[in-house]
Amino acid sequence: MTQPLLQIDGLTKAYPGVVANDDVSMAIRPGEVHALLGENGAGKSTLVKMIFGLVRPNAGRMEMNGAPYAPTSPEAARAAGVGMVFQHFSLFEALNVAENVALGMSDPPPIKDLAPRIRDVSQSYGLPLNPGNIVGDLSAGERQRVEIVRCLLGAPKLLIMDEPTSVLTPQEVDLLFATLRKLRDEGTSILYISHKLEEIRALCDTATILRGGTVVASCTPAEETAGRLAEVMVGRRLEAPQRPGTARDEIAVQIDGLSLPPAHEFGASLKDVSLTLNAGEVLGIGGVAGNGQDELLAALAGETLSAPGTIRMEGRDLSRLGPEARRRAGLLTAPEERLGHAAAPDLSLTENALLSAATRERLVSRGFIDWSRTRRFAEGVIDRFDVRTPGAGTAAGALSGGNLQKFVIGREIAQTPRVLVVNQPTWGVDAAAAATIRQALLDLAADGSGVIVISQDLDELMEVSDRFAALTEGRLSRFRPAAGLTVEQIGLMLGGAHDMEPAHAD
Amino acid sequence: MDLSAISPALLLASLMIGATPLLLAALGELVVERAGVLNLGVEGMMILGAICGFAMAVETGSPPLGFLAGAVGGALLSLVFAVLTQIFLANQVATGLALTLFGLGLSSLLGQGYVGIKPPSTARLDLGPLSDIPLLGRAFFSHDWMVYLSLFLTLATWFFLSRTRAGLKLRAIGENHEAAHALGLHVVAIRFAAIAFGGAMAGLGGAYLSLVRVPQWTEGMTAGAGWIALAIVVFASWRPGRVLLGAYLFGGVTVLQLNLQAAGSALPVEYLSMSPYVVTILVLVLISARRSRGTAAPASLGKPFHAVS
Repeated sequence: MTQPLLQIDGLTKAYPGVVANDDVSMAIRPGEVHALLGENGAGKSTLVKMIFGLVRPNAGRMEMNGAPYAPTSPEAARAAGVGMVFQHFSLFEALNVAENVALGMSDPPPIKDLAPRIRDVSQSYGLPLNPGNIVGDLSAGERQRVEIVRCLLGAPKLLIMDEPTSVLTPQEVDLLFATLRKLRDEGTSILYISHKLEEIRALCDTATILRGGTVVASCTPAEETAGRLAEVMVGRRLEAPQRPGTARDEIAVQIDGLSLPPAHEFGASLKDVSLTLNAGEVLGIGGVAGNGQDELLAALAGETLSAPGTIRMEGRDLSRLGPEARRRAGLLTAPEERLGHAAAPDLSLTENALLSAATRERLVSRGFIDWSRTRRFAEGVIDRFDVRTPGAGTAAGALSGGNLQKFVIGREIAQTPRVLVVNQPTWGVDAAAAATIRQALLDLAADGSGVIVISQDLDELMEVSDRFAALTEGRLSRFRPAAGLTVEQIGLMLGGAHDMEPAHAD
Repeated sequence: MDLSAISPALLLASLMIGATPLLLAALGELVVERAGVLNLGVEGMMILGAICGFAMAVETGSPPLGFLAGAVGGALLSLVFAVLTQIFLANQVATGLALTLFGLGLSSLLGQGYVGIKPPSTARLDLGPLSDIPLLGRAFFSHDWMVYLSLFLTLATWFFLSRTRAGLKLRAIGENHEAAHALGLHVVAIRFAAIAFGGAMAGLGGAYLSLVRVPQWTEGMTAGAGWIALAIVVFASWRPGRVLLGAYLFGGVTVLQLNLQAAGSALPVEYLSMSPYVVTILVLVLISARRSRGTAAPASLGKPFHAVS
């Protein structure tokens, strides 16, 4: 066996009250794609932050090519040949591509020499980029290319990719994988962080699985099944959601020729969107965020009013009614952004429950809030959806993403809506919580409500929806039965979002 | 009303004098805000610079030393702001307002012995034959050296922000401090430097007021110039060239309305006095009305940064 490129021995990092990494050891060989697998909170990010010099370990040691390696800053890590592509927070929207690249290099050449180099590298790895473009105008896929090119210009020996595919369309994923394989063949090692099992099985040579801050297994992903990997990762068996298939011949909500301008700078305008949702049915709407998803949700929620007659529920025209009136009619929504949109971070869970459930659950009588009733309702949601929190008095912002998501979705489901619309219901949520949420949505449909799920996660949509359509650049494709659709067919439905087309993702 | 009493050359000349303190203070605040920090204490730093500069110039008889003292005074006061907001993560708006009140109070205390004194006069820059050109020579080429220094600093600020790596880092921190930190930039250190620069520039502007523009010391003599500088930065969309335009526009209309008052204009004095504010804001709003990415505020402006490690 060859000498490992990076050898990690007994790394430990503790924060007050929590041990993020406990005695973690692993080895990355030269020229391999190594998966780091684990749920949210398993300690993946802390581990890579230590490798990249952002966080100093409390104990343990690392060796790079046999020599001790203890980076004190990202610059030191880059100098040692480690590059990292972040999941969030690493591009500057108001700056252009070349400036962004220059910031990520320790010793960059003048911008005018850098631009041609960016073109060269991006061409040779099949990642087309224009150095003069402002990053804020690029699609998610293009932004990722900026980050990758930035790393590649430093000729790294180890490239760390943190959940790179979470914002990409299937075609963009294929393109990315081709690039990564090319890099591997040239001898670059890649540490690939993800919780998407199929991707890891397709791409990675070896995998290290973390749970609760410790290494629970190392394996060759291609030799394991996705189910087996998931069990090791979660630590228990995951039940696939039950799909009763309960669509009835009774229209719950009908949208007719809905057109709306973009909700924000990076949104898309809705163009003549029409759909029919039956009672007891789950409609899946796929597509990369920023293609009209926010606008569609806002139109259904009543945050944006649309032309008369465009949105009808059980024969009644809701298009000109505000959110409160729609809630009363039984049309509930859960927006994508948990903090700030779906929940007020500094208010307690009880207060947050009141905000959306006041009318339907009659938590207010004669202008006064019935706090005990509100608290009971919030506690009911917490129990039923297994929200891990010290109590209903905890501030929403103090919950982890997955737990808060369970709460905001559960809060709507507990009000027994006639129609529920959710956007990205399991974004950034770990596998176990995601399964809980999906099952709850399916149970709601089984009880006769109509459900619309807007999501970027195609696996999720295939799992829950009866019919599926793609929303690209504000246009909705025709709905097709979800059963039997292949990934390629879905990719074609997502049509507009292929390689060179800017998809306007935020 | 006798308009012939207004000499265009003198008008232009006093325009440049009137605009210089604003230009200096606004340039400093521009750099601070480009680094993502909102320091509302410009007025306080200016007036502290005014008294420090005045006192030093009177005691030593040297205006250059006075300007230096003004810059140091403003920078020291700004470091109080820097420590409170960058290390103790105090709210920037409240701290900035407190800084203004503190600066006003401290300056009156320091200035008690200096009321009614005349400062040594600041040397004119000898531009040789240029200042002998009719009209233009009087208007543009016969000022003290601080006027030309302020113009040079405008150019230098533009060059620093748009052409140097350090300037790129500063802008990056103002855009997205989390990302900048992840790339290994020293967010707090660079912000400290930017805040100190802003303080020094405000102090310099204040010293110019008390040593050249007025020239004497009176309590509260900045009379809102710091707030105008702040407004100019915002309406100038955080660009040095537009800050120059805004400062000169404000200075120009101020001088013009004073001249109109002296010439006995039919318009009530109150309308004339408010005209510089209205005109400057109107013009800069019209310029920045085209909403494009280039006119947006630095995305991290005023947000506290706390490195998690």
